[in-house]
Amino acid sequence: MLKLIAKRMGLMVVMLLGLAVITFTVANIAPGDPARLAAGPDANQEMVEQIRVERGFDRPLPVRFVLYIEQLLNGDFGTSVYTGRPVAKDIAQFLPATVELVLFSISIAILLGVPLGVIAAVRQNRPIDHAIRLLSVSGVALPMFWLGLMLQWYLALNLDLFPLGGRLGIFSDVPEPITGMISLDAVLRGQFAVVGEALWHMILPATALSLPALAAIIRVNRAEMLEVLGRDYVTNARAQGIGPWRIIAVYSLKNAILPTLAMIGLRFGWMLGGTVLVEGVFDFPGLGLYAAKAAISSDFEPIMAVTLTLGAAFMLINLVIDLLYAVLDPRVRNQI
Amino acid sequence: MTDTDITPGDVPGATAPVPRKSFREARRMIRTYSRSFSSMLGLALVTLFLFVAVFGPWLAPFPEDAYGAVNFDIKLQPPSAEHWFGTDQVGSDILSRVLIGARTTLQIGLTVTGIAILIGVPLGLIAGMVGGWIAETIMRITDIFLSIPGLILAIAIVGALGPGILNAMLALSLVWWPGYVRLVQAKTLSLRNETYVDAARALGAGPFRVLFVHVLPNCLSPIVVKASMDMGMAILGAASLGFLGLGAQPPYPEWGAMISTGRAYLPDWWWCSFFPGIAIYLTVLGFNLLGDGLRDVLDPRQR
Repeated sequence: MLKLIAKRMGLMVVMLLGLAVITFTVANIAPGDPARLAAGPDANQEMVEQIRVERGFDRPLPVRFVLYIEQLLNGDFGTSVYTGRPVAKDIAQFLPATVELVLFSISIAILLGVPLGVIAAVRQNRPIDHAIRLLSVSGVALPMFWLGLMLQWYLALNLDLFPLGGRLGIFSDVPEPITGMISLDAVLRGQFAVVGEALWHMILPATALSLPALAAIIRVNRAEMLEVLGRDYVTNARAQGIGPWRIIAVYSLKNAILPTLAMIGLRFGWMLGGTVLVEGVFDFPGLGLYAAKAAISSDFEPIMAVTLTLGAAFMLINLVIDLLYAVLDPRVRNQI
Repeated sequence: MTDTDITPGDVPGATAPVPRKSFREARRMIRTYSRSFSSMLGLALVTLFLFVAVFGPWLAPFPEDAYGAVNFDIKLQPPSAEHWFGTDQVGSDILSRVLIGARTTLQIGLTVTGIAILIGVPLGLIAGMVGGWIAETIMRITDIFLSIPGLILAIAIVGALGPGILNAMLALSLVWWPGYVRLVQAKTLSLRNETYVDAARALGAGPFRVLFVHVLPNCLSPIVVKASMDMGMAILGAASLGFLGLGAQPPYPEWGAMISTGRAYLPDWWWCSFFPGIAIYLTVLGFNLLGDGLRDVLDPRQR
């Protein structure tokens, strides 16, 4: 197991380096002057020249790459033209909100998706299976930004059931930050009214964000359950008189959950990308909204930094999923 | 007998029954496909979409509204008999804009999926057939690309190139190919060791013959299935970039950009962003269901 962890960590370092190569390449395929891009659209010539020397844009490419890696290792992601602050600071400020939203969304997707997949498989071709199927085919096809807008329009504006956006109402006291995730901080500080309010603010964005993941999880879990339920050992367990729920929960789901886990990992990563679409709709001050604003105003360094951050986060999720796989499946564990 | 005599496929008796067999095969496939309601729904939606994409400018009641015509005296009118989907903030007929926007959407889907296939399939074949450090390099690069959320990377590329519909298409193509490398490489690896490929090699077939006659045709089914799904996903991706303001720029009739513009008129004038969203949903749903149906027919072992 330790060997496996070490091996995966080593691989992750290589992948992170590859990720840096990609962002470096993207930054340098830009037509025109990278110094001008970094300086932003409104900078004058003098500022551009200053940035050129400061960030080493006047050096040859390989030297610049080494410089770039050095800057990254020092936690220097450049400066945002839009906010006028170091990008690293902005990311530290906005990341917790996004992590909170994504964790909440993936929890919804898992807590609903796994049982719905099981129900659909157990009641195959019954009306409930068709209803769940409708949900799962629609979930991947609905544009999540549009779904978010429609939820906001109908449930928040028309029926006034949910807040329009943001993380908390303007009159609530924000708990003293520990993790930066408001709901978690509120729990840690014992402000339980705020916990509810923070979760309440996340329901609509999380619904929009989690629907594609929910759909994918239902689909995979249903297919896996169908296959497992048809296996001989399940028939054998039935013949032995083991109750239906025990067969489903203990004998079948345990085997069906592995491919579902892989899908959860993948969708978790895509959700990080989806925040760019959803956070803007609900004015949720996270990394996604930050990236969307930066992209619109051609604020180059923040976009690259967000790409790096979310890419690294995705890799980390994959690492965790890989290790979970090894914990759950002795075949994978013993391969090494 | 020399080995040139028995190049596979050259045996006269072996080629004769092929057309009839493939005809029967096709009929079986069509029967399997048409038995499924959702597959037929997918086919119907895609057919409708293609029809609108081709004939949109003639179907649209007010075609000039798609290209920036302005009628302020009828702005923001609710859906009515004359304007089925209502009118937007400059009085353009939303139905016309949605219908004509289908063509843009189709162009985006075809371009992105096409470029992704053109990059991904050859790389996958090389990685699967050649092996060694070349394959290792290709697969590592692919893995790295697959480990970044695609939309974020596309946004970064558009950020570097500047907003616009062409750059959005280019960016999406550049993040879309790794999936094909994975797919084709895995398929090639498993085909490479099939008995019939060994047999062909033993009969003296060169690497290119093995590749084009024996391996590539057997990779086609999963590629077709993935391409159908990806049409939908690429359309969704382009609409997302349009919504963020990084793709097509208003007043260009692109569905994502229309939703984004309509957002400002949301509480009262909901139809501005409602109908383009429905159009995206139905189109993507159609391609997904079509892909599902094709998979059941072409590639039944995969799910």
